[in-house]
Amino acid sequence: MNAPVSVRQSRSQPDGATGVPAILLIPAAIAVAFLVLPLAALLVRAPWSTLGSLLSTPEVRDALRLSVVSASLATLISLVVGVPLAWVLARSQIRGRGVLRALVTVPLVLPPVVGGVALLLALGRRGVLGEPLYSATGVSFPFTTTAVVLAQTFVAMPFLIISVEGSLRAADRRYEDAAATLGAGRAMTFRRVTLPLIAPGVAAGAVLCWARALGEFGATITFAGNFPGTTRTMTLQVYLALETDPDAAIALSLVLLAVSILTLGLLRDRWLMRT
Amino acid sequence: MSLSAHVVIQRGSLGVDVALEVKPGEVLALLGPNGAGKSTVLRVLAGLARPHAGLVRLDGQSLDDPAAGIRLAPHRRPIGMVFQDHLLFPHLSTVDNIAFGLRARGSSRAAAHTVAARWVARMHLSEHSSAKPRSLSGGQAQRVALARALAGDPRLLLLDEPLSALDARTKLDVRADLRHHLGDFAGATVLVTHDPVDAMALADQLVVVERGRVVQVGTPVEVSRRPRTDYVARLVGLSLLSGTAHGRAVLLDNGASVQVAEASNGPVFVAIRPASVGLYRSRPDGSPRNVWPATVAGVTPYGETLRVDLEGEVPLTADVSPEAAAELDLVLGAGVWASVKASEVAAYPA
Amino acid sequence: MRPPGRPPALQSVVLGLLGVLGLLGCGASDPPTTGAGTAGEERISETVTVFAAASLTDVFTVLGDRFEAEHQDVTVVFNFAASSTLAQQITQGAPVDVFASASAATMQTVVDAGLIVAEPEVFVQNTLQIVVPAGNPGAVTGLEDFTNPDLIIALCSAEVPCGAAAVRVFEAGGLTPQPDTLEQDVRAVLTKVELGEVDAALVYRTDVLAAGEAVEGIEFSQSSEAVNDYPIALLAGSPNPGAAAALVEFTASPAGLDVLAAAGFQIPEG
Repeated sequence: MNAPVSVRQSRSQPDGATGVPAILLIPAAIAVAFLVLPLAALLVRAPWSTLGSLLSTPEVRDALRLSVVSASLATLISLVVGVPLAWVLARSQIRGRGVLRALVTVPLVLPPVVGGVALLLALGRRGVLGEPLYSATGVSFPFTTTAVVLAQTFVAMPFLIISVEGSLRAADRRYEDAAATLGAGRAMTFRRVTLPLIAPGVAAGAVLCWARALGEFGATITFAGNFPGTTRTMTLQVYLALETDPDAAIALSLVLLAVSILTLGLLRDRWLMRT
Repeated sequence: MSLSAHVVIQRGSLGVDVALEVKPGEVLALLGPNGAGKSTVLRVLAGLARPHAGLVRLDGQSLDDPAAGIRLAPHRRPIGMVFQDHLLFPHLSTVDNIAFGLRARGSSRAAAHTVAARWVARMHLSEHSSAKPRSLSGGQAQRVALARALAGDPRLLLLDEPLSALDARTKLDVRADLRHHLGDFAGATVLVTHDPVDAMALADQLVVVERGRVVQVGTPVEVSRRPRTDYVARLVGLSLLSGTAHGRAVLLDNGASVQVAEASNGPVFVAIRPASVGLYRSRPDGSPRNVWPATVAGVTPYGETLRVDLEGEVPLTADVSPEAAAELDLVLGAGVWASVKASEVAAYPA
Repeated sequence: MRPPGRPPALQSVVLGLLGVLGLLGCGASDPPTTGAGTAGEERISETVTVFAAASLTDVFTVLGDRFEAEHQDVTVVFNFAASSTLAQQITQGAPVDVFASASAATMQTVVDAGLIVAEPEVFVQNTLQIVVPAGNPGAVTGLEDFTNPDLIIALCSAEVPCGAAAVRVFEAGGLTPQPDTLEQDVRAVLTKVELGEVDAALVYRTDVLAAGEAVEGIEFSQSSEAVNDYPIALLAGSPNPGAAAALVEFTASPAGLDVLAAAGFQIPEG
């Protein structure tokens, strides 16, 4: 009588370790190894004894500060203009919304270097918008910290928009109806009801956006250039360090890895704990 | 504070056309099966849905007048609404939920808070004043939702299935509570429900809606005594038959004949209460003149008794005690005899 | 209930993946079997693998085509990248026949690793040139303009060869440049000049020539202070040494020298 019972148990608990068929277990194990081994190698080969001195040089401190500041600014800009855009994509009835969404998400699939070139063509000193701006005001973006922020915003904002749009679609719109019957106009409803309801989605989007901005490389090096203190972010520093001092590059990569893990920690409730 | 509405709106394949009048202090219940269009009517009154035609006027002011191009946005209407699952804002405390409408309508933070605090006390929610909705019981949440709708001092109160989210036990208390608060409310109230008990207990006036149309209007007593559709009859627990009266005999549409208490002539409805139907294993002798053979089509518990659905020339519902049911051996498909005294049969003009 | 024939699909994918992983694992450490059987023979055949500095991309592609035209049975395969990257790949065991570096110092790391057959030979030299966008909007005339903070100046980062050469010419001229960006490689510098975002930059003569109409080159006297040697060498682990030697000889032949000179390289004397 025991055998059928145990069969029934394993069927009722498909998530249990014993419930994973070998045909899935093997490729899954390969996937895990493939994703985890490089990170483990980074830890194994890390110059632990000299880590402190490698990371305390002025260049590294500058790069780290620049990365954190620019990524935070990029996230802030993305929040200010990205959340309203997400609302338009999720809620408005305007025509061509599908096309708009596709356009907005193009930076997700565009090679970042191409994004950088596109930014130069638009906002560079000879760019479509940049040239009139430069001749009128003498302001030009490339090779400035502003350009770093713009490049990061370009690449990272779609992550925020997608995340917030998803939250808006999932949110129960009847709460907005309830707010309307209580006398709240659309602006107040958005501020005091919709926004708090989608706050977890906005937070997750902001974290993703920030992490992507922090890891930005291609668009930055193309549009903003590479000058210490002004435009040389952590990722550019890593790339340059690989040329001369691989140990320093590994040390810097560890810092970025630590930031990534922290980011995942913040997203844990949303993704890792999902069953 | 009277509401006069004629709502015409297409909802998918359902065309809704409902007219209703509510006087100040009066509670009107829109009663009908799911999908009949009741909630749609309520959403139009709230301004959440746009009618295609008709007119919604509150105290002489037009809220909706499609012909004249008038449509007042929901947040500009002097209304309060209680939603089906209450829809309390999950991120706000009890007192902030109640104060929301006051703040939205321009009260200062302090003034809104003062009024909200009064409602908290009045609804016996003082212990839960700073609690978030998720920690409230169903009954408490219902009171918060009602307070939130009433705090803005609306002229029209709309209740969308206000009791359906509650379990049966809580429902009794909350229904009594709600009845009490509605009694204090000076404006017009429109209540949507599919539960006849809620409608009977809370409403002064019933409007029965089926498939987007009004099928019966009246006081709860009128409607429950003299249902005009099968749906209403079943709701109020009556068997409804239709036929033509010739004096004290009513010839049913299917050819059977029923003896009734009062003489009349012409088309009539015949209503029979389940408790007045007697069941027998063999044809009873003696006085009852209404005796028909029937077949048991269903037996379901109904309170202390069993409710027996009967098929035959006169389809009926009978209530019997469990002892009687055992004695009669009421299994599905069993043949029985049903009898009703003529004095227990009501006929009224169709 | 699953249809017969379906289950093997996933298994074959898994096996395929394992196979790919296996190949990758072998490829990184072992020389390819191609040509191994003919290594002892004098016959020139099959594939020559050349690792060459990125700045040689255009010119070596042409050289490779010409060489293949003369040696029908040889296929030349190139891997172009930064010299330092290539040197790293070679010391990590990549199977290579020929290495052409844009820097003597980088070549030295491979020499030090004991991976070179004979002393590397400098086969071409390259010098720096000022490059400006077509029309020279910054009115740049010489190296002195690089000290003007109002101009947008791009240089290679000092960590890469073109940047190290730039440091030398500025030292020779006693000048302190005011760069706005220190790029990772010549290509990145040129892109920004071509787009007109940069008023002046220092790159190799060959790069200016290759960039064509969009840019202008300006000679300057201090350029002789930083002559960049391009050494070429046969590798000890060469899977195909015969063909490899023939290819190196071809670069020094009159036909080869024509191609190199046309691209802007200088041919060392002697």
